[in-house]
Order: sequence, then structure tokens, then C-alpha cells
Amino acid sequence: MTLSTTETFVQLLYLAASILFILGLRDLGDAQTARRGVLLAEVGMVAAVAGTLLYGVAVTGVIVRWEWILVALLIGSAIGTGMGLWIPMTKMPERIALSHAFGGLAVGLVGVVEYLEHGGPKMSTLQVTATGLEVALGALTFTGSLMAFGKLQGFITGRPVTYPGQNASNGLLIAGTLGLIGLLVYQPGAAWAFYAVAALGVLLGVLLVLPIGGADMPVVICLLNSYAGLAAAATGFALGNNVLIICGALDGFSGFILGMMMSKAMNRSFTNVLFGAFGAEPEGK
Amino acid sequence: MSLTLIFGLYVFFLAAFTGYQVISKVPHLLHTPLMAFTNAISGISLVGSLLAAGGHYGTLSTVLGAVAVLAATINVVGGFLITDRMLRMFKKKGGTR
Repeated sequence: MTLSTTETFVQLLYLAASILFILGLRDLGDAQTARRGVLLAEVGMVAAVAGTLLYGVAVTGVIVRWEWILVALLIGSAIGTGMGLWIPMTKMPERIALSHAFGGLAVGLVGVVEYLEHGGPKMSTLQVTATGLEVALGALTFTGSLMAFGKLQGFITGRPVTYPGQNASNGLLIAGTLGLIGLLVYQPGAAWAFYAVAALGVLLGVLLVLPIGGADMPVVICLLNSYAGLAAAATGFALGNNVLIICGALDGFSGFILGMMMSKAMNRSFTNVLFGAFGAEPEGK
Repeated sequence: MSLTLIFGLYVFFLAAFTGYQVISKVPHLLHTPLMAFTNAISGISLVGSLLAAGGHYGTLSTVLGAVAVLAATINVVGGFLITDRMLRMFKKKGGTR
């Protein structure tokens, strides 16, 4: 398969963006170079977006609704800037949780659009699996982050909320979600199963964060970040886009490791955070 | 299994390994900025959102896609700004070294 000149250029832009994300992440590991790392990743993000827009200009039919994109980009930048500049530094974890909720929402919606437009009996196994995972993880990240935000902000009680059989029922819901994705592989046209996966994702986000205490929220946010990354990687598999796979995998795994390191630094057991109040000291009761 | 999937899996696991390696020795001080940073780059889903919003699709898809672009842009722009703001604070506190 030979690519046109523009397509080659777009792919090279994506490659450059991927390298910049890796270098940026590396620089973030040292206080001396951290700010340079942010700059590198910002350039990478601009390259990835510019590449996508260029692809839309060059190849007819890829992007036709420019006005929608431009308006959304402008409003989003304005809100993002406002949230970035005017939220007090003491509210950082809340701010990051909220930002995650937006990220999760975006991935989930992209998954729904993919299914709406390309779904049906002819969807390939790879596409339907990737889209299913994407929607489940995106929805989970969306509501899970809103829950984390609510707990930090005090809208929802910061204490772990537990009830009998919690782990069993959550486990059942997770198994059910995976089972439905498995069903979609055999019957890609089963739209009800696809939307059930999305609904279960929304529900799981709430139920999985509910039993975790407010003090553990930073670790939860890292984990949700990891899920958002994996969802982005799944989008990459569905669309055949390598920059999404690379950046999503980077984010997915670094977020996971970071969560583990943070819980260690805070002297919390990572499994406790993962599985909620399961096995926690009975002091809260 | 298709060749596309195999290539995708190579790319995925190599990037995952890189993410693990690059992060594994980060000092405690940088945990929160790193959390904000990884949040910002998870906004890469903006690329997927742009294709969803701009495609020659029905009204419902276009609206959902546009909301996705909006949400992803908030994530990216806000995430990077926050990370940089936090890191600027460190510099003042630590002084020049």
C-alpha cells in the first residue's frame, strides 16, 4: 500500500508527535527538565492535531464539517484556559479529576459515533472489540472521575461506602461487560449489546469509586487516567491510528505505575485502593 | 488475526513498556505534576474526536462528535496549563540550583 505525499507527511507528523510524547514523559521525571517536557508534549499535541486536520483537508470526505470542529475547538480552549488559570492551586486533585471526566466523555462519545456510523453486521472483529472496550472504559472514566471529583469536593461523602456482596456484584458487572463485548464479536450487529456495554461502563464508574475513601482519591485518579489512556489506545486500534495507540499505551501504563508508586508513598495498600474498602481496617464503621 | 492487529499490538506493547520504564524512577515531589501531565496527554483522543465530528455523518453523530471535541480540548488545554502552573511553583520554592 503506497501513501500519497500528503498522507506520508501526516504519518510522519504522527510519528514526530509520538516521539515528542515519549521525550516529554521522560523529562517530567526530573524537576530540572520537567517544564521542557511539558513544552515537548505540547508541541507533540499540536503536531498530532495539525496532522489530523491536514489529513482532513487533503483527503476528500474525511472531514466535511469544519464549522463544528472549529467552534468546538475554540469554546473548548476557552473553557480549558479558564479552568487552567483560575482554579486555585489547592484544588488541583479536583481539577485533574474533572479534566479526566471530560477526557473520558470524549472517548466514550467517539466510540458511540463509530458504532453509529460503521457499526452493524459487517464490522470487523478488531473494530467491534476495540470500540466496545473504548466505550466501556470511556464511560467508566467519565462517571468514575465525576465521583472522585464529588468525593474530593464534598458533594458525596468522602467515607468509603460499602454494602454486603459489593465485590461480588461489581465482579459480576465487570464479567457481564466483558461477556457482552464477547457477544458483539460474534454478532457485531447487536446494537442493544453495544449500548448495554456503554450503560454498564457508566454504572461501573460509580460503583467502583463508591467504596474508596476520599484520602485515596489521588491514586484513583491515576488509575482512571490509566483507563482513559487504554480507551484512547482502543480508539487507535479501531481507527488504525498509531499515534492514538502509542500515546494511549504510554498514558495507560505510566498512569498505572504512578498509581502504584503514589499508594506506596502514602503508605496505602494498592489492592485496597483497587478493590475498594475490601479488607480495610474497620475504623470507619 | 489480521496483520493490522499484529502491527497494532507491537506498537501498543512497545509503547506500554516505554511508559513503564520512563516513569519507574520518578521522585515523590513530581507525582502530582505527572498526574496532571498524563491527564493532558490522555487528551490525545482529540484526534479521534476530530475525525468523529468532521466526518460526513448524520446529525446525531456530528453533534456527539462536536461534544467530544469540546470535552477533549478542555482536557488538553486545561491539563497542560495546570501542569505548567504547578511546575512553575516548584521552581520558585526550590530556587536556582
